[in-house]
Amino acid sequence: MTAPVGTLAELRAALEARRVSSRELVDAALARAQALEPKLHAFLGMRAERARAEAEASDARRAKGEVRGPLDGIPVAIKDNLVQRGEPTTCASRILEGFVSPYDATIVTRLQAAGAVIVGRTNLDEFAMGSSTENSAFGPSRNPWDTTRTPGGSSGGSAAAVAAGIVPLALGSDTGGSIRQPAACTGIVGMKPTYGRVSRYGLVAFASSLDQIGPFTRTAADAATALEVLCGHDPFDSTSLPEPVPQFSQALTGDVSGLVIGLPKEYFVAEGVDPAVLASVHAAVAELEKAGAKTREVSLPHTKYGIACYYLIAPAEASSNLARYDGVRYGHRAKDAANLSDLYCRSRSEGFGPEVKRRILLGTYVLSAGYYDAYYRKAQQVRTLLRRDFEEALAGCDVIATPTTPEIAFRLGEKSGDPLRMYLSDVYTVSANLAGVPGVSIPCGFHDGMPIGLQLMGRTLDEATLLRVADTYQRRTDWHARRPPEPA
Amino acid sequence: MSRITREEVERVAALARLHLGPDEADRMTTQLDAILDYVALLSEIDTTGIAPTSHAVPMATPLREDRPGTPLDPEDAVRNAPAREGTAFLVPKVIEGEES
Repeated sequence: MTAPVGTLAELRAALEARRVSSRELVDAALARAQALEPKLHAFLGMRAERARAEAEASDARRAKGEVRGPLDGIPVAIKDNLVQRGEPTTCASRILEGFVSPYDATIVTRLQAAGAVIVGRTNLDEFAMGSSTENSAFGPSRNPWDTTRTPGGSSGGSAAAVAAGIVPLALGSDTGGSIRQPAACTGIVGMKPTYGRVSRYGLVAFASSLDQIGPFTRTAADAATALEVLCGHDPFDSTSLPEPVPQFSQALTGDVSGLVIGLPKEYFVAEGVDPAVLASVHAAVAELEKAGAKTREVSLPHTKYGIACYYLIAPAEASSNLARYDGVRYGHRAKDAANLSDLYCRSRSEGFGPEVKRRILLGTYVLSAGYYDAYYRKAQQVRTLLRRDFEEALAGCDVIATPTTPEIAFRLGEKSGDPLRMYLSDVYTVSANLAGVPGVSIPCGFHDGMPIGLQLMGRTLDEATLLRVADTYQRRTDWHARRPPEPA
Repeated sequence: MSRITREEVERVAALARLHLGPDEADRMTTQLDAILDYVALLSEIDTTGIAPTSHAVPMATPLREDRPGTPLDPEDAVRNAPAREGTAFLVPKVIEGEES
């Protein structure tokens, strides 16, 4: 088997020094993906032929001195809810069987314009609904650190692909923690930018007021490089923010002196969180203090309502977004339907898995006459209170530090029979989506051989400060340099 | 006391164009009941006078110039159709009771 790949920065340097070609990098990524697939099931499909041709085109550009930027020639993977023209998109659902996208997502256009080479589509919970990839219609992905455990979800395939050293960069989507939680579970960096920073044109919609695309990398510096390519206004996404995109890499000064890190007291209560996780997060904060940061206790008083708020708003939006899967225009169509209504009902019932059905039912219920005010409107009001919590806390500090998850990656099957228990895995991550603020998870320790994640959240549009703090931490520690064992 | 009955689950399923088998309906009722019981936590917060948030980052409705662009090619738009005729999607007959 080919060796695990280095970081994006290392591969870029190797390409620049002509120590390796893009074609060699892409061949190695494809070979390693194939060799690890029986153990990890990180991928739902590869794009070998086109990837090799694009890699050769990248090498030809480099030979002529026409390099498009830091991602040119770099192999990347994308979550299989991001569409690529001429390629399948499954969302890990039977209902999209046979679907081949007629257009490119904006982030695909941006990656290709930057010369990046998409090698494959990664596994996820069906329609990104889940925290373990166990809701994938095509079977779960596995954690490279311990294949009896989940890599987290919903972007678990992308996380596993980066953690196992198949690609240095993969994209995911984060609606309630689906980038940050798997990053924490697999010991890598996962970032959800500010809502609206990255265009969602071509991201299959789950909960439109919460969904955001972001990168998985080994380092915060690599995340900064990727975000410079991914972020930016897009007229095809009406929620895309028309704000200038900073040169995130230039924010990585290694200097956090004078920055104030807020520690929200509600995230550090002992109840329901592994003491080993809390100890690692406290140690990480102490390391940042040694680097010159100051800390203070802050309060996000509505934290305990986050999950309830999220599991009303997200299913409500999902029930509306998923109405489009009706067997008429694409995807699965039930055979021998008696009439149009029967066609809708049977196509949907055959095509959707149990978690998707559960959320559609929950969402339809809370939006239905007589329940709208009690559930949906109430959740939207609580969302206002959660947003205010962040505004007030971030008036007194520059970033907020918390655990990303209450525990290390759980075992496959451990929570799959109990939806509510699975939902509580997202307790520390949903608030950033509800408030729209950016968040990143970086590795900060191990327990029982499994990685632990530190979450940093910041002010709207202030990804630069988050990345500066994360990068400073990584300059002083080597958790991110640890590798999972190579499978026998 | 349960928060949602099996009859309500079946009514909602019909609204959402989903068919649940007997076991599935029982299981969903139990699970949705547990979830609704949990989210009832929100009722302890007084939200009188609090405006609802539907969008996390406030922004004005974006406008653009009304200029023609290049839409999706009709052939591309229908290529995924499970059944089609030309560039039209074919579905079972919608109006019943009349033979054409």
